[in-house]
Amino acid sequence: MINTIAEIKNPILSIRDLSVAYDKNYAVKSVSVDIKKNAVTAIMGPSGCGKSTMLRALNRMHELYENITTTGEVLLNNENIFDMPAIKLRRQMGMVFQRPNPFPTMSIYDNVVAGYNLNGIRVKKSEKDDIVERSLRDVALWDEVKDSLVKKGSFLSGGQQQRLCIARALAFNPDVILLDEPTSALDPIATSKIEDLLVKLKENYTIVMVTHNMGQAARISDYSLFLYLGELVEYGKTKNMFTTPKDPRTEQYLTGKFG
Amino acid sequence: MTKSRLTLLQQDHSHKRLIKDKLVLALVIALSLVTISPIVLIISKLLIKGYRQISLDFIIKNTPDTYEAITAVANGEIIPGGIANGIVGTLLMVISASILAIPVGVITGIFLYENQGKFMANLTRNISDILQGVPSIVLGLISYLWIVKHVTMGYSALAGSVSIAIMMLPMIIRSTEETLKMIPQTLKEAALALGVPYHKVILRVLIPTGFSGLLTGILLGISRILGETAPLLLTALGSSMINLDMTKPTSAIPLLIWEFYNDPNMIDLIWSSSLLLMIMILALNIISKQIIANRR
Repeated sequence: MINTIAEIKNPILSIRDLSVAYDKNYAVKSVSVDIKKNAVTAIMGPSGCGKSTMLRALNRMHELYENITTTGEVLLNNENIFDMPAIKLRRQMGMVFQRPNPFPTMSIYDNVVAGYNLNGIRVKKSEKDDIVERSLRDVALWDEVKDSLVKKGSFLSGGQQQRLCIARALAFNPDVILLDEPTSALDPIATSKIEDLLVKLKENYTIVMVTHNMGQAARISDYSLFLYLGELVEYGKTKNMFTTPKDPRTEQYLTGKFG
Repeated sequence: MTKSRLTLLQQDHSHKRLIKDKLVLALVIALSLVTISPIVLIISKLLIKGYRQISLDFIIKNTPDTYEAITAVANGEIIPGGIANGIVGTLLMVISASILAIPVGVITGIFLYENQGKFMANLTRNISDILQGVPSIVLGLISYLWIVKHVTMGYSALAGSVSIAIMMLPMIIRSTEETLKMIPQTLKEAALALGVPYHKVILRVLIPTGFSGLLTGILLGISRILGETAPLLLTALGSSMINLDMTKPTSAIPLLIWEFYNDPNMIDLIWSSSLLLMIMILALNIISKQIIANRR
């Protein structure tokens, strides 16, 4: 097997021997990679290869379900995420899900600052206004919704809702943003808006996203990670992987032989 | 030749099918009418027999005594007085029963939702289902033994409230659990992904999101206990005056209906009391249906 830990200096995330099992079935098998800071890293692979499972392990979402066991080590800024309180970890690692899931009972404004409100973190009204404006500007939603901040988030279109969810994740200023196929439920126009946004966001954030759209990975990611049946097949710069894949399985996947 | 035979056959079949179709449609309509006819008949009977009694007096005055009723009937007048003592008693007991049952029911519902498939949750759910099947008179007896005999040392509104609160519990538990189950898992994950502690996810995300569902369950539970008579006969007993003391015997609309039934002079009041009770229950049902419709 090719050495998959690419020569990344000062990685923000170091994943070592990460395995995730549903009951006794391993969905992710001993994956070790380093994730570069301020870059977009794409996790690719055919359906059921463990992409989402791996991503969800990174902010310990699996702890909600008793039948899932996670082993291995993940260092976030040299701190093991399994040793820190889950609440703290999740504030440093924002997550955006496959389907837009704004809180239906809250206004657009409250959705953006939901992280503060729900956690009972007291912030001045003026600061909250700033956070809302900054986050919504970051996701290029401000101009579209600035006059309807009091409306419910569920009134927005799917693409707007997803950008609202990204804004909600950004409001906490996380180090890393995890995205689980953020555009798979969206139309092409909304998708391209979100792709542009992610490229812009990597200046300030580190982005790890799952996609099974190869074109999307090629368009916006700097590094790519190819998973197949829970195993890490290949990891490297997206440009290199798409032009000269080292593993025959990667080549077959990229040329559409399977997946 | 073969071709025309075929079309002929097809025509034959389609004709038969059309007849069958119409027959089934007629059957469905007829049976639907049979189903709704009791409620239509009941309400029209109540309206025809009861509307004359309904007035402001009926709502703000206490029940008349037998002598007043006899005089009125003999003079061919409408029986004076009203059922204010019953209305106030019903409200008093329903509100206290809600205060007793809602917190316990909602919290139990959350427990069941959070512990799907676990032994204690399954046991609790089954017991709650059994509780729903316990005859109301038995609950009245139990409340009589617990409260009337040992707490208030006599018939009381408290005893009545406890008996009907137990009736409400299983409905609230079930509707809480079902409502929470309908909330997409992704919403819970979204809140957790923001680093929100678990208890706050339940209190500030799940319950507000499912609020209309919870409210519907509660309203249906209330409309169920509004008309309960049997447990109240054994616990609240009844009273001819308005009573707001939880430790004293109290009247209720269904109790008054039972009393009027047993007094030949007051028989006219049965209809108007039943009409009022029916209106209250229908209103609650319509409100909860409306809430469900708005949620979709």
